[in-house]
Formats: sequence, structure tokens, C-alpha cells
Amino acid sequence: MRYAGLDIGSRTVKLAVIEGGELALSRKSVTSHDPLETARSLMKDAEFDTVTATGYGRYLIQGHLECPVISEIKAFAVGSRFFSSECRSILDIGGQDTKAISLDEEGNMSKFEMNDKCAAGTGRFLEVMATALGFTLEEFSAAALSAEKAVKINSMCTVFAESEVISLTSQGAARNEVALGIHRAIVSRSVALLRRITPPGAVFFAGGVALNECMKTLLEGELGRTLFVPPDPQIVGAIGAALSNT
Amino acid sequence: MSDYTQMWSDLGLDLKGHDALLSILGSAYADIFLSQKNRPEGMKYFDFVMSEVHGLRIKELMDAKAQGRKVIGSYCVFVPEELILAVDGVSVGLCAGAEFNFESAEEVLPRNTCSLIKSAFGFKLGKICPYLEASDVVVGENTCDGKKKSYEILDPLVKDLYVMDLPQMKSESGRAMLKEEYRKFAAKLEKASGKKITAESLKKGIDIVNAKRKAVKRLTELRSADPAPISGLDALLVNQVFFYDDPVRFTESVNKLCDELEERVKKGTGVFPKGTTRLMISGCPMAVPNWKLPWIIETSNAVIVGEESCVGERGVRWMTDTKGKTVDDLIDMLTDRYFQIDCAVFTPNPSRVDYVKEMKKKLNAKGIVHYSLQFCQPYIMESGPVEKELEKTGMPTLRLETDYSQEDAGQLKTRIEAFIERLNRK
Repeated sequence: MRYAGLDIGSRTVKLAVIEGGELALSRKSVTSHDPLETARSLMKDAEFDTVTATGYGRYLIQGHLECPVISEIKAFAVGSRFFSSECRSILDIGGQDTKAISLDEEGNMSKFEMNDKCAAGTGRFLEVMATALGFTLEEFSAAALSAEKAVKINSMCTVFAESEVISLTSQGAARNEVALGIHRAIVSRSVALLRRITPPGAVFFAGGVALNECMKTLLEGELGRTLFVPPDPQIVGAIGAALSNT
Repeated sequence: MSDYTQMWSDLGLDLKGHDALLSILGSAYADIFLSQKNRPEGMKYFDFVMSEVHGLRIKELMDAKAQGRKVIGSYCVFVPEELILAVDGVSVGLCAGAEFNFESAEEVLPRNTCSLIKSAFGFKLGKICPYLEASDVVVGENTCDGKKKSYEILDPLVKDLYVMDLPQMKSESGRAMLKEEYRKFAAKLEKASGKKITAESLKKGIDIVNAKRKAVKRLTELRSADPAPISGLDALLVNQVFFYDDPVRFTESVNKLCDELEERVKKGTGVFPKGTTRLMISGCPMAVPNWKLPWIIETSNAVIVGEESCVGERGVRWMTDTKGKTVDDLIDMLTDRYFQIDCAVFTPNPSRVDYVKEMKKKLNAKGIVHYSLQFCQPYIMESGPVEKELEKTGMPTLRLETDYSQEDAGQLKTRIEAFIERLNRK
């Protein structure tokens, strides 16, 4: 049997196919204005017997394809076990959501926390800030890592923070120091979310933001806990969806 | 439905805004309530009440006023309906459950005010709540700071605002204060109505309200059955209508509904299949037409079996004793009854979480959804320790904070689904 998982996120659509307990296929594409079409083209020629949907757009696909759906919180809880059977804490920072999830000793989801309804501290926040500073996402992370000190960012609202960044740079603040300040602000928020619910021990870090080297370094330092980042942190939800049906 | 335009216009309502409100309310009601499957026949009465909530019921209020009876509007379960009935008055809960005209409300209130308060002002400033416009006296009460201070702003906007002080601690002096406040309120009602409260009239008022609460408690108990004989949405609606309807007619209708539900329980039939995930809600009140969260829950394969809320158990669970020969004795009994309400404005407030535990067991609920209105400091503050205590005793709890807007519906659904997935593992 080939089990597919489709994770329609706010910024990226992911497809994973599991066969014999192994990842047989993994595809990603940027969520366009037409996430349904994006999902369809991802699934084109992919071979699978069942598909389970998760993510922001899970009901969208369900309207067009008879398939079970699971929440992205459960998808990440299940998906994390594919990579690590030890982590009982998960931090997922995606395009629009930040989630902290704790697992019990058997790996079942026990508690979770999510950010409030705005995009503060999410992947989208990082994108907007990178653009405000004139960086690509890769440059943004590298610049932050190169800074020796950080300029403190006070606002976590995407709109207010953007004006704050613009006013800081116009006052002559170094771009890389502002970049580090932005990363620090997100890290302190994520750490607060994690500490509220998760047990001690290694933290599984997933979602698109886990690709950011600076976030990894800062999080590890701030948490004082080992961070486990899977080879492809974006595919975890799709794998979890696929596995939930096995 | 009859044409009530003249009546609304006489009340000074803004007809355009009011029409818009009714049209939104009507379509929301159809989508949320009428679309439910396996509804009890007895809900037809409540459908009718809702379809006439700004019509026939207001006409009844106007008729009562024409007979010299006073309409007393209020916003809180600490305001004793018994005293209002004792002067032959009509007690009505005032509109505070819809995101309507918040732009005007935000001109006079800080933005970070809870939706309930903003809604009350939105209705007043937009002149779209016929209950408020029909009220001879509007009763405010010093519960949270938001309400307390907002009454200062409401005062010049209504013809007769009466603010009742409330204790914040369950101490002997707190109880004495509550009793004194009820005495003062009784005097206010006597003055406004020109009628004297007698032991007999007050006892009659207590009997009417006790019967009403007893009927709702009967409904609560029936919801412990699996399959649930009634949806959480419909039960919430009954609890909401509690504040608007004629108390005697309401009691009869709830008892009739309960007769039908008893039959359902005997036959083992219900609104959702047996074994559907059972949740209970605890926290802030849900005033009409705030149906957002229950709707999301009950369209996510779960059923709500109880509400630990002012629009729910916290409003009805205690009865008033009627022993006592004088008005003062009976006010004492009322004080005993109301002083037990475990609103989060009290500190400390341990009986609330104890009762959540008791309810969860009695109603056979699998998990608890703690609902706070954004910016409602008392309940949000209490939610952390409450969640901790419940989880510690093995009662899964999901803590949510939201408002009357629809923009976070997707996020709420994700959390609720994940919570249900957590409850249903293996």
C-alpha cells in the first residue's frame, strides 16, 4: 500500500507518499491563489492508494476528493515520530501559525498551544521583515548570524514591526543587527509558547522556519535544550497525514 | 410575522440598522439552528420565540407597560428577577451578543474592551435593541472593571441607569454588602413602580423564578444521556431565551421539551450518534446571538453537553429558599442564593473549578473547552489555574480566547479538531 498525505499550508503545499514505512515520494509547491490547482498538479502522476489531507486547506480538497482529514496539529504529532521517537516536544513555525505540541510517553498528542489569530512571529512575519530590509530569506538569516549585537524590536505585529524596522534603518541602525533583533523577538515568543506546555528534553523543530539557520542557533541557545531538525522540516505534516491512515 | 414597524419607530429604533440586524440574525439562525438534524419537536417553541424576539415579545412588553408595569433591563445574573417580579415588573436581559456597530462603540470605549461590552454600546448607540429602548430602568452592576467603568459612559445615554455594587470576596462583610445592595435595589424598584414589595409578592416572585430554574436544571440532567437527546446549540438557546421570555410560559415550554427528551432518553435516541465525543464549555457567558464556538464544535463531530457559564449552570444551579415571614427574611434568602454564584470577579474563587469537575463527571463529558472573551480579564486570569487544576486531575482542557468576529473561525476549528483528536486516541 502507498499512503499519501497532502498538507495544504498557507504558504506551501506538500505531498508525501509512504510505502512500507519509508518515504517513497515528497513534493512541495508554493501555495498560489488557487491552492486546489496547486494540490492537483502536485498529485499528478504520483502513485498512491489512499490520501489524507491536513493543513489550512484540508476542507478545500475534501470537497473535491473523497478523503479523510486531520488537523495539522495531529499531523505534526504523528509526523514527528517518523523521524524521532524521543522528542516529546514539537515546535512548528509555519507560514501563518506557530504551534507548540507536547506528546505523552507513547507519542500521543497531549497538549498544544497556538499563536493568536494574527501572523506575529510566524514565517510570514519573517518574510515581510526580510523584504523590509531588502534581503532574501537566505540572506536575512545569514545577516542575522553575522551580527554581533541585536537592535531590540518592540513590536510583534507584522504591520507595526515593519514600520519599526523602516524607522530603525532610516535612523542608521545596521541592517544585520536589526535582522538579529527580529529573529530574537520571534525566538522569545516561541520559547514562551513551548515552556508553557512541553516536557523537558529534546525539541523537534519543524515547519518552513526550521530551514532558517539563525532561528535554530538562537532557539537552541535560549532553550538550553537539544534541537532536532528533520532533513526536510516542511514535509513533516504531510508525512503525519499519510501515516495517520496506515 | 406581523408588521411591527410602527412599534419599532415609536421606540425610537433606527429602522434601517434594525432591519439589517434582523436580516443577519434570521439567516444566521437558519444556517446554525434550523439546519440541525434530529431536533426535538419542543424546539419549535424556541424557534418561534427567536423569530419574534424583536416582534411579539416586544409587543408584550409594550402591552405590559400600557398596564402600568415596569420593564427592567439588566446585563448580569446577580440582578434578582425575583425582586422585579415582586413589583409586578418585567425582567429582560439586554442585547450584548452580536458584533454590530462596533465602530460607534469604539468612539466611546477603548479598543481593548471585551466584545460583550462593546456590543451593548453598539446596540445602544445604533438604536437597534428594542429591549433597551423599552426598559424603564437599566440595571448595571459592578462586576468586572470593564463593565463598572463603562456604566459611567452609558449613564447619559439611557433614561434611568441604576448601578448595583457587588462584593468581590466571599466574606461575611461581602455577604452583608450584597444584602444591603438588594435592599437598596428593592427600594429602587418600589419607587420606580409605585408598588410595595410584600412578603407575599416576593414569595410569589421567588416561586416563579425557582420553577424556571428547576426546569432548566431538569434539561441539564437529561443531557447526561448518551446519545445526547438535544444539541448543545439548542440547549444554549434555551438558556439564552431564559433571559427574555415570559417566565411562566418559558417554564412550561422547557418542561414540555424535557418530557419529550425523557422519551428520547428512554428510547435511546438522540441528536448525534451514541459515542459522539462529549464536551462541556466553561467560562464567559454567551449572549444571543453569540453561537460561534458551539457551532464550530458541533460541526466538528462533537456534542456539547453542558455550559458552566452565566448563560447556563452558573445562572440556574441554585434555588432560593422561601422560608421566612417578612420581606427582610426573604431578601436574606435571596442573598444566600445569589452569594453562591462563583463568577470570576470573586477572589479567590475555588468553588468554580470544583463545580466544573463535578459537572464533567455528572454529564459524562470527555473534555472541557474553556472559553474566554478576549479582554475579559477575570476569566482569562482564572483560565490558567483552572486549566492546570483540571489537567492535573486527568480532565483534558482546551483553553480558547476569542471574540464575536468570524475571522478566527478557521484557527478555532483547527484547535477544536486537534482537541477532539487528542480525546479520541485509541
